[in-house]
Amino acid sequence: MSSLGALPVLVAMLGAGVLVASSAFIPRAGADALATSVTAGVLVLCALLLHRASQSPFAYWLGGWRPRGGVTIGISLSIDPMGAGVAMFAALLVLAALVYSIHYFEAVEGLFHGLMLVFLAAMAGFSLTGDLFDLIVFFELMSTVAYALTAYHIEERAPIQGAINFAITNSIAGYAMFVAVALLYARTGALNLAQIGAALDHHHADPLVIVAFALLAVGFLTKAAVVPLHFWLADAHAVAPAPVCVLFSGVMVELGVYAVARLYWEVFAGALAGHVAAVRAILVALGVATALLGALMCVLQRHVKRLLAFSTISHVGVMVCGIGLLTPGALAGVATYAAGHGLAKAALFMLTGVLLHRFATVDEYDLHGRGRGLRVTGVLFAFGGVLLAAVPPLTMFAGKSLIEDGAGRIGYGWLSVVCVLVSMATGGAVLRVAGRVFMGWGPSEGPDPAQARAAEERVDETRGQRDRTPWPMLVVPAVLLALGAAAGLVPGLVPRIASAAARFTDHPAYAAWVLHAARPSWPAAVAVDPSGSAVLAGVLSVVGAVAVAALGLFGRSLPQALPRAARERSRTALRAVRHLHSGHIGDYIAWWTAGAAAVGATCLLALR
Amino acid sequence: MSFYPYAVAAWLFVVGLWGIVASENLVRTVLCLTVVQSATYVLLLAVGYRHGGAAPIVADIPVHSRLVDPTVQVLVLTDVVIEATVSALLLALVVQGHKRFGSVDPQQLRALHD
Repeated sequence: MSSLGALPVLVAMLGAGVLVASSAFIPRAGADALATSVTAGVLVLCALLLHRASQSPFAYWLGGWRPRGGVTIGISLSIDPMGAGVAMFAALLVLAALVYSIHYFEAVEGLFHGLMLVFLAAMAGFSLTGDLFDLIVFFELMSTVAYALTAYHIEERAPIQGAINFAITNSIAGYAMFVAVALLYARTGALNLAQIGAALDHHHADPLVIVAFALLAVGFLTKAAVVPLHFWLADAHAVAPAPVCVLFSGVMVELGVYAVARLYWEVFAGALAGHVAAVRAILVALGVATALLGALMCVLQRHVKRLLAFSTISHVGVMVCGIGLLTPGALAGVATYAAGHGLAKAALFMLTGVLLHRFATVDEYDLHGRGRGLRVTGVLFAFGGVLLAAVPPLTMFAGKSLIEDGAGRIGYGWLSVVCVLVSMATGGAVLRVAGRVFMGWGPSEGPDPAQARAAEERVDETRGQRDRTPWPMLVVPAVLLALGAAAGLVPGLVPRIASAAARFTDHPAYAAWVLHAARPSWPAAVAVDPSGSAVLAGVLSVVGAVAVAALGLFGRSLPQALPRAARERSRTALRAVRHLHSGHIGDYIAWWTAGAAAVGATCLLALR
Repeated sequence: MSFYPYAVAAWLFVVGLWGIVASENLVRTVLCLTVVQSATYVLLLAVGYRHGGAAPIVADIPVHSRLVDPTVQVLVLTDVVIEATVSALLLALVVQGHKRFGSVDPQQLRALHD
């Protein structure tokens, strides 16, 4: 029965093989049908795993190499409710993206479907594995497929550059993690997460362990696009086809955050137990920087996909703050927040794809007023903006309030301000686009013509303009938005996420159920209602988002009210921040190296 | 085990990063990426080395012989497969970039910036 654990990866991988092998013979409709049914099958398998793991988490040992007396040389899939839930979420988004792309691409070969299924297999394996080396191999597999999917429109210029930047940055992140694996293996002789964790429990955190922790964190936070390791994300998201962006923003980036939490709790929690405050400060600082820079850059964009990409960076910042608080409650908040964000952001990328499909551009000013006839698209797009603003009492608000209340209890109450700013900026930017494109509000001439050219270049994605939108391209995002809004309201769901987080963060119990096949019991989690201040922050966010949108639409003359010197200075500062995102891979890697060195040095100094 | 392999690994990692930062040719950038990765090979093999150890092929040597650690060698093999895939993909992208941009200088790739 526990062999069920390997099936999601296996089924997706076999499906991909069949699709690629038969791509020359089967028609497009056959490839669509096969890919969607395989993905639906994986979704069902993940749901079964989630059901089973909710009763009791279990490990599946590949080839039957079980641990003897708590020592293992085998490789495990260690399946707990959190991991199974994340795999299921990935399968859900892949299914949505495949159904959406049936009508999105005119010409698409079986290779696209094959790549999507390998992507799914890698994400499922990444979520379920209990082995450090496998975690990194699945990371590499997921990344390599993602590079290929980013450059899917290989005849255009921008996708080539975006994919090169993405591939080099993420590969270096992977190599940093290989170094960490070598260090941890040298110290413990183990590769299984539970066994490394158990071995480190008996050591204090010496420099070798701290460097390994820093390298793993830097590696996975590169995938999660944390400042200053984030530069690849906007380039990759701006150029990848819309159904691929759905997966990048909806789940792949969040998997980086998931891995940091997994490694902290299952591997390092014992060794770093004396340094909780320092680890917390480091992660929260990274998260806050990411959240604020992402929010600022998001508001400044006029290329809609790039705007959504920076919005993802900003939300990831909030998630990193949440896991950085290192409490089960905040982790449950992050899981809820990530689910709400993933669904809303996926829908927004799909709706941006609708605009591209109709008008062959994603420039906000080029599209001024041209969406007036697209009522359904407009309403859905604006609703997506409201969701990103974390409107009470919907899913993202439920997650955000858990993070804020968790932060308040350990003296990080000021994080609420960051959360509100993120919601205001990211929600407001989307509402501004909705107002300009679908209502024709505000000026139609933009302040920065350079970005317009970037948005115009990518006209080929769906081969020219069209005058109607196939209905599945609207139904799929509508369903995702409905799910993204309502999931947090389903009675019992948030408490179940909270109990999954409690299992996830139980370091000794993890080793017990993985290595000793124990069946630990946990108290049932109880529903926690958001505090009054969280509700107030939620209302503030939505009002703020509308204000940001209104300012963006009608407030062009407002800076004139500032004194001339202040205006010039802020303009120069903004230009400097934007010029950091130069598109030059050498610059990006220089920033990556500086960021990795800073995180490593801070860890070495603070965790001694 | 001497200190040298670790110094070599650290040097390769850093010099590869420097090469990527300073590169004016994307082919060179990709090659520097493989230099960074070779740091991980050296490190993994150094970690598993035992003084006087034989290669871990136990078919024709006594069962109780001293062996180097086979696990890290398996990890290096996996690492090599990843390198081959990523390098091939990146070089294909560079060739395509040369067709579209007419250059392999990262300075000349100007389709994306803020």
